[in-house]
Amino acid sequence: MPAPKKNGLQTVWFQNPPVIISTATIVGSKEGQGPLGHTFDKVVEDNYYGEDTWEKAERRMLKEVMQNAIQRANLQPQNIDCLLAGDLLNQIISANFVARDLGIPFLGLYGACSTMYEGLALGAMLIDGGFADYVLVGVSSHNSTAERQYRYPTEQGVQRPLYASWTVTGAAAAVLARQGNGPVITHATIGKVVDLGQNDPMNMGAAMAPAAADTMARHLMDTQRQPAYYDLFITGDLGTYGRELALKLMQQKGYDISDRFSDCGILIYSPEQDAHAGGSGCACAGVVTCGYLIQEIKAGRLKRILGVATGALLSLCSYQQGETIPGIAHAVVIEGR
Amino acid sequence: MAEVKDSQPLEIQKREYQKMVQEVQPRPTVGRNVFWAFVVGGLICVLGQLLLNFFQGRGLPLTEAGAATSTVLVFLAALLTGLGVYDEIAKFAGAGSIVPITGFANSMVAPAMEYRGEGLVLGVGARLFTVAGPVLVFGIVTAWLVALLYYFFR
Repeated sequence: MPAPKKNGLQTVWFQNPPVIISTATIVGSKEGQGPLGHTFDKVVEDNYYGEDTWEKAERRMLKEVMQNAIQRANLQPQNIDCLLAGDLLNQIISANFVARDLGIPFLGLYGACSTMYEGLALGAMLIDGGFADYVLVGVSSHNSTAERQYRYPTEQGVQRPLYASWTVTGAAAAVLARQGNGPVITHATIGKVVDLGQNDPMNMGAAMAPAAADTMARHLMDTQRQPAYYDLFITGDLGTYGRELALKLMQQKGYDISDRFSDCGILIYSPEQDAHAGGSGCACAGVVTCGYLIQEIKAGRLKRILGVATGALLSLCSYQQGETIPGIAHAVVIEGR
Repeated sequence: MAEVKDSQPLEIQKREYQKMVQEVQPRPTVGRNVFWAFVVGGLICVLGQLLLNFFQGRGLPLTEAGAATSTVLVFLAALLTGLGVYDEIAKFAGAGSIVPITGFANSMVAPAMEYRGEGLVLGVGARLFTVAGPVLVFGIVTAWLVALLYYFFR
């Protein structure tokens, strides 16, 4: 007998769709100045957030959003059955150290910039599977911690190519519950790792676009839905050029989503902000989903969206050893209720 | 237009996708980059020449005036890096601010600042040459090869 909640090859559906009962966001000053600035709970002007290293600043942001999300749900940390969190730093130290402070049973995730949706998908499965009443999902990234891990020291004078993206400084958290008020998660499509041979770590959009298109097309096939079923397809951090590539790949798979396809990385900065292709990082899909998108759904301006967070699964080591950049994308259907 | 079909063998998909990426990717603004690299790099050299003339005018012989000039330029670049200005200049100056000696100073001060959090010995000490190291290694190797050629063929 096939798994009862599996739909097609990669999609699961939820019998009692888990509810996103609260969210919280925090961003850095560049994100605060962007077009979505007003949708975030808090804008931190100090890159160090009062700490002595950027890593600690990132951790503090992550801890704060998690505490805020728990508080807004009128819960205590001990009510949360499971914490699913991740970030971009080696050994996901931001998530590990915040989990140490919060004392919630913890499963660390790494899906690069797709981690928020990996967490939402897994959290919804835990809840609908009957393993949890409340799941807390959280992610963070910080421009300066990511830059120094993946690229150059921050004060190094380099010219970034026009297709490069800018790692978002911020953190986002959401509490999923078995019941309550808020948007619900009805389906999730777990992505496959797709690698079409891109090897430029500055061009993450091109590396991830095939994975995004693969997951989106697979979701539509698995659910036998047409693109018009959704108000919006929104990827995590493909950026301007990655979005264009994903759009073309979708067209070649027989789906035209051009009138309803956006990207968190494109929305978060305005072109004048010199972010080039757009935002990236775990927090990019995180803060845009937990801020802007959830607000739009609650306000009824969006009814049903397919969020597709994208991740580039490279490390400095794999890149330096000449490996290409594998991409991944996880999709989650969020509906207003 | 490049066509990437799931039914194609992976190697062909990769090749077609690479074509598609080339079509979509923005062209680098070579003209503008070259212009600003010339202007900023040129200005740094002009500053160097002025300093050299100044030190010579104050009575230093050429080699020592050169050393003093380098010292001042390195100091200025380090100061601007510390103030967070050098990377802003480099953003549009590109090679113009990387190639002169000031770029070398920047490439040492930037990691020094970056890894201060990991301590003086294993942080700053160990990482100081992460960017400048390859420049030194291959600079010295090249000098050695040229010297060897000179020795045999002069």
